[in-house]
Amino acid sequence: MTAISPVRRGRALRTARLVILLAVAMVFLMPVYVLVVTSFKSLSEADPSTAWSLPQAWSTEGWQAAWTALKPGLANSFKIAVTGSLISAVLGSLNGFVLSKWRFPGADAVFTLFLFGMFIPYQAVMIPLAGLLTRMELVGSISGLVLAHVVYGIPICTLIFRNYYVTIPDELIEAARVDGAGMLRTYRSIVFPVSGPAFAVTLIWQFTSLWNDFLFAVFLGAPKSWPVTVMLNNTAGSGAVAVQYSQQMASALLASLPTLVVYLLLGRFFMRGLLAGALKG
Amino acid sequence: MPQWLPGLLLVSPSIVAIGLFVYGLIFWNTRVALSGRHDEISPYRFDKGENFVDLWSQPSWPGAVRHALLFTAVFVGGALLLGWFLAFLMEKGIRWEGGFRAIYLFPMAVSFIASGVVWRWLMNPAPPERAVGLNQLLEKLGLGFAANDWWQNPRWGMAAMAIPAIWQMSGYVMALYLAGFRGVPEDLREAARVDGCSEWQVYRYIVFPQLRPVTLSALIILGHISLKVFDLIMAIAGKQIITYVPAIATYVEVFDRHDPANGATIATYLLLAVAVLVIPYLVWSVRADRR
Repeated sequence: MTAISPVRRGRALRTARLVILLAVAMVFLMPVYVLVVTSFKSLSEADPSTAWSLPQAWSTEGWQAAWTALKPGLANSFKIAVTGSLISAVLGSLNGFVLSKWRFPGADAVFTLFLFGMFIPYQAVMIPLAGLLTRMELVGSISGLVLAHVVYGIPICTLIFRNYYVTIPDELIEAARVDGAGMLRTYRSIVFPVSGPAFAVTLIWQFTSLWNDFLFAVFLGAPKSWPVTVMLNNTAGSGAVAVQYSQQMASALLASLPTLVVYLLLGRFFMRGLLAGALKG
Repeated sequence: MPQWLPGLLLVSPSIVAIGLFVYGLIFWNTRVALSGRHDEISPYRFDKGENFVDLWSQPSWPGAVRHALLFTAVFVGGALLLGWFLAFLMEKGIRWEGGFRAIYLFPMAVSFIASGVVWRWLMNPAPPERAVGLNQLLEKLGLGFAANDWWQNPRWGMAAMAIPAIWQMSGYVMALYLAGFRGVPEDLREAARVDGCSEWQVYRYIVFPQLRPVTLSALIILGHISLKVFDLIMAIAGKQIITYVPAIATYVEVFDRHDPANGATIATYLLLAVAVLVIPYLVWSVRADRR
């Protein structure tokens, strides 16, 4: 064995790590490359056999067709995701505050029961849920979808806020109590003003999951309330062979743009949201 | 008035909502599963759980269970290993770390429905002379022997179906492990080095044992996602028999076969599988939290 100095060995290792990470990053970006180049090909040029080559002539035909086809779905998705995530965040904040700082007997049991709701397969409630929403005359409407998302979002939103509020010193809450502040004033004057980061995490998390939802939408939606995921699946999913490839790829990108933009601009918060979702991250 | 009462009142709307929409509907679903309502008009009739037994003699069900298990094994194992490995390579800091993290994590922001569009294309099984997608790329790279029929392989197809899921979720696992690695105090590692541990021994005896809770969290999260997988398969394969899984089966029973009792029975099995995985974990973590 030849003697290699520790410094050189360290440098070689670092280069090796960088090369591996770069290779994996390229593999991760590969589907995006195919999506982007295909979406800009003309209708006749876009084909699986030329997936890896750049467009011979850049064209926006696919994007125009995708935009026309998906416009109503994009509008529905915005309505659902924005309203749903705002209500979710408010509920999560109030619940998180009580379950961490204004606890009642049995609060832990309630919290555990909430958390289980985060993991259930929604199929296990979908059949009666559709029946319930029908009776409430909400099935197939945007409000029905928002209601479902808000209710099943309670666990994760409560969890994010609770984990965040635990870090507020109990002395602060105690001091407010001694000064005669009731629960709502304590929330308003002490807890709410420092809640910014937790609101950001929750809003981003909920916006992303509501935007990307497919299951609730197919079980509870109707053509007029279908979000973009359902419309995308109808025009570019496994059953849609008649639609041009460039339009399919442009549609997939168009449907992903809002969450990707949110992620790129606010990725730091997104990351924290992900870690909060892991309970003990 | 006890001081805690307003707190309980403030949370009560959520308690009612979760009570009704989670536990109430689970109860209701179980009731449908135990009934003979194999169409949408017949009245409720208790049939002693026959559906839970009969399901196993239906042609598509045992395959759906096998598919879900194969998918889960490959997806959970693959995402854990890849995520761990990426975090391991990055944990001591690396150039362009922010960029790498963004690239590994972005698939999580995309829906399976959208990414399924391109993965269905990439995993096209066309034979070598007119190979497309990944097979074509493999041919070009001189790795033609690795070309295969991906998810359309009747035996191992579900393993290929796990590839897009690994792509989607391993960045998340990486983020979990990276936080875990960095949560190990530097003085602990330094103390071990002073005691004469090699760098490998520091990992083996100091760092890796501290990552066990992270592995457990990741296992639970990936496991429950995997058992519930629906969007990805709908986007790539639709309702085909070779990629049939319980979550798809519920959908088919409800919408195509109009058989609520069967749909509810499958959903109950799915719920039981998730509950076995998640309940001990929840009890454990809420208890650990209190300490």
